[in-house]
Amino acid sequence: MSVEAHSSDHIAPIKLYLAVFAALMALTATTIWVAFIDLGELNALAAVAIAVVKATLVILFFMHVKYSSKLTWLVVASGFLFLTILLALTMADVVSRGWLGTPGG
Amino acid sequence: MTSTNYINADYGIWSWLLTKDHKRIAILYLVSITLMFILGGFFALLIRLELLTPAGDLLAADTYNKMFTMHGIVMVFFFLIPSIPAVLGNFLVPMMIGARDLAFPRLNLASWYIYMAGAAFTLYAIFTGGVDTGWTFYTPYSTAAANTKVIPAALGIFITGFSSILTGLNFIVTIHRMRAPGLTWFRLPLFIWAHYATSIIFILGTPVIAITILLVAVERGFNFGIFDPKLGGDPVLFQHLFWFYSHPAVYIMVLPSMGVVSELITCFSRKTVFGYGFVAVSSMAIAVLGFLVWGHHLFVSGQSVYASMIFSVLSFLVAIPSAVKVFNWTATLYRGSIEFAAPLIYALGFIGLFTIGGLTGVFLATLGFDVHVHDTYFVVAHFHYIMVGGAMMGYLGGLHYWWPKISGRMYPEWPARIGAAIIFIGFNLTFFPQFLAGYLGMPRRYHMYPPEFQVLNVMSTAGATVLGIGYLLPLTYLLWSLRYGKAAPANPWRATGLEWQTPSPPPTDNFATTPFVTEEAYDYSSVPEAELV
Amino acid sequence: MSTGHAGVDTRGDSSAGARAYAHQFDSAEHQHGTAQLGMWVFIAQEILFFGGLFLAYTVYRFMYPEAFAQASRHLDIVLGGFNTVVLIGSSLTMAIAVHGAQLGKRWMQVIFLLLTIFLGCVFLGVKAIEYGHKFHEHLVPGPNFRFDGDAGHAQIFFSLYFVMTGLHALHMVIGIAILGVLVWQAARGAYGRAYYSPVELTGLYWHFVDIIWIFLFPLLYLIGRH
Repeated sequence: MSVEAHSSDHIAPIKLYLAVFAALMALTATTIWVAFIDLGELNALAAVAIAVVKATLVILFFMHVKYSSKLTWLVVASGFLFLTILLALTMADVVSRGWLGTPGG
Repeated sequence: MTSTNYINADYGIWSWLLTKDHKRIAILYLVSITLMFILGGFFALLIRLELLTPAGDLLAADTYNKMFTMHGIVMVFFFLIPSIPAVLGNFLVPMMIGARDLAFPRLNLASWYIYMAGAAFTLYAIFTGGVDTGWTFYTPYSTAAANTKVIPAALGIFITGFSSILTGLNFIVTIHRMRAPGLTWFRLPLFIWAHYATSIIFILGTPVIAITILLVAVERGFNFGIFDPKLGGDPVLFQHLFWFYSHPAVYIMVLPSMGVVSELITCFSRKTVFGYGFVAVSSMAIAVLGFLVWGHHLFVSGQSVYASMIFSVLSFLVAIPSAVKVFNWTATLYRGSIEFAAPLIYALGFIGLFTIGGLTGVFLATLGFDVHVHDTYFVVAHFHYIMVGGAMMGYLGGLHYWWPKISGRMYPEWPARIGAAIIFIGFNLTFFPQFLAGYLGMPRRYHMYPPEFQVLNVMSTAGATVLGIGYLLPLTYLLWSLRYGKAAPANPWRATGLEWQTPSPPPTDNFATTPFVTEEAYDYSSVPEAELV
Repeated sequence: MSTGHAGVDTRGDSSAGARAYAHQFDSAEHQHGTAQLGMWVFIAQEILFFGGLFLAYTVYRFMYPEAFAQASRHLDIVLGGFNTVVLIGSSLTMAIAVHGAQLGKRWMQVIFLLLTIFLGCVFLGVKAIEYGHKFHEHLVPGPNFRFDGDAGHAQIFFSLYFVMTGLHALHMVIGIAILGVLVWQAARGAYGRAYYSPVELTGLYWHFVDIIWIFLFPLLYLIGRH
């Protein structure tokens, strides 16, 4: 397939989109199914892990990042990196707040 | 001066209010933020007058609380944050990279309107009773106790945040996509590097304050419990969210100023910047490291001591790229042929004041010392050294340096030098005594104080008067110069940089032909002597 | 990283009207890539915008796991699951609409954009029904909040539930409005092989809104179900 103006854009076949959609449906079913099994602490981890996989599929294929420039990767990655910083450093406080056992410690 | 330029290209109020020219939008911002600065300065004046005497005789406690709150909100969100990026950045980023405009001119105009909408909300809050939460909006006071106009003020800040975000977006995309041929990353002026780094903070930090301040408004307006301790909510969470943005926001204020200073130092010592690569990369390092240190605002807020230790160590790290800059500027000056023009006086003032502000910042990042001086005037003095001594000196220095380009007129040199000196003296007289008062234990945010602090406070108020006069000077002679100033040549400073290779004021499209860059930044050997004024 | 200008000065041929791109760009290609980057930077800020809410959620779920599990069981997993399928389906139709635009197939675009709008409206309708249930069950935070169990902490859960899903729904409303304009423009034949940036960028936005829901669904609906 040749396109004159936007030669940099990748045109993915519809079959690929359908396959990604099927995978997303399967993962949705899985995440509901897993939620009803008692895994203890691991339930939350499983839910987030499956969501990350689903989000990655959407980003890579529906949003064409798989075929995009390094700069696009960098922009997406820095968004998630700084979100991780926000979560990690705040949780470092919340998790360790009770460790000393003193009021306000 | 008869040629067509961006100022005389079109006439009438709508040609300004509907312009998509980045230079005209810069002027819109210049006028708006100057008005906000005057308003914020008025609140500062009332604060300093109240503190002239130990008794609370001029303002009641409630009124005083509103004054420092509105001083903070107006100065931080409506003056300092947009100051250099929205005025000088808007004007210069496309010119310095040889582009005809920013990547998204309509978005640029939209961000000015968004700024004005946010300002309208905040002004409504101010003129219908005011806000008294402190510019930090700490919960639960802001959500449950305060009976002032918190929601409109919060919405004003929420809205203005998107103006910053869109400006940052425009700069990042423009710097990536619109550079002139041959203008590689390591040929970019340091002003551009600083604005790129600032834009990263705009994009990644500002949305967090937006959502945080929105949560405060929602909690207050709809009785939703999010930070409410009565329901088990965590006010410290608010502080985490608030400072995740508001600490990097300090770098939003000072990084562009550092970019300006880099330009001024090299131009007026006629030497290429010492260690260009290090200065460029240190801007990026400050932007990124700035996101790892916010917890040093929470040392006495009930944050876990373990987290405090981590934040303390991370905070020290920011000193490294900051010091790299100061040392490199100093090395640039060394054996340069220095010309003490007004912009350089501002730049030198910046270096001195920023160094004091930065080093006292290292004190405050130290756990034990911070517990001693937390919420005292030591902190107030520290951040004014960064935000006024740093950001404001850079802004004024830059405004003078690029004034010939912006207005097409030269400002009068001697009044400008005297003004710069008065501002430097007035600033130090205002804020240095506050270090001492704070170290001796005077707490911030009270309208009265024990009599033993009066001498220091009188000095501070006297200094503020000098500083106020200092600020009136540029306001006066810059306006004067619009009519009576000498016409400016294209390159009055014999500076390098693409913005000087086009007439003053520039035509709407900036360049007659797209420049082709073949050399590194700050190569003064290539500037023809003939352009000497 | 590409240098912006192609090195050709296009101002020479100032045959204004004939140019299919704005004056600050060098070519249609230049404009398209720039617009794409702009949308990605916008999405990066959206990540942090919702990120503040995800942080609040994480902190409180860590502090009050039991109350969050109790409260979560009051959400309707069938409606939530149905909406997940609907929204991911709308991402599929959106991707196909972009595909149609890239190939210059006008009616393929229009039909799939309309499908996307339809699915978006279904999602919002179901969301409205869920909100209605919460009103009837006194699960909306505030003075009328009623909850058997750890009411204070459950109220925090529902506050976050309403803010997160509410902001998500607001993003969808904005998205649907933009899609409406696109349908009209696409039907007029405004987009084709040479110019489809608006369709593609709206697609990026729409997929991002989908991703937010992909996280919201398990985090809000699927705690403590075992």
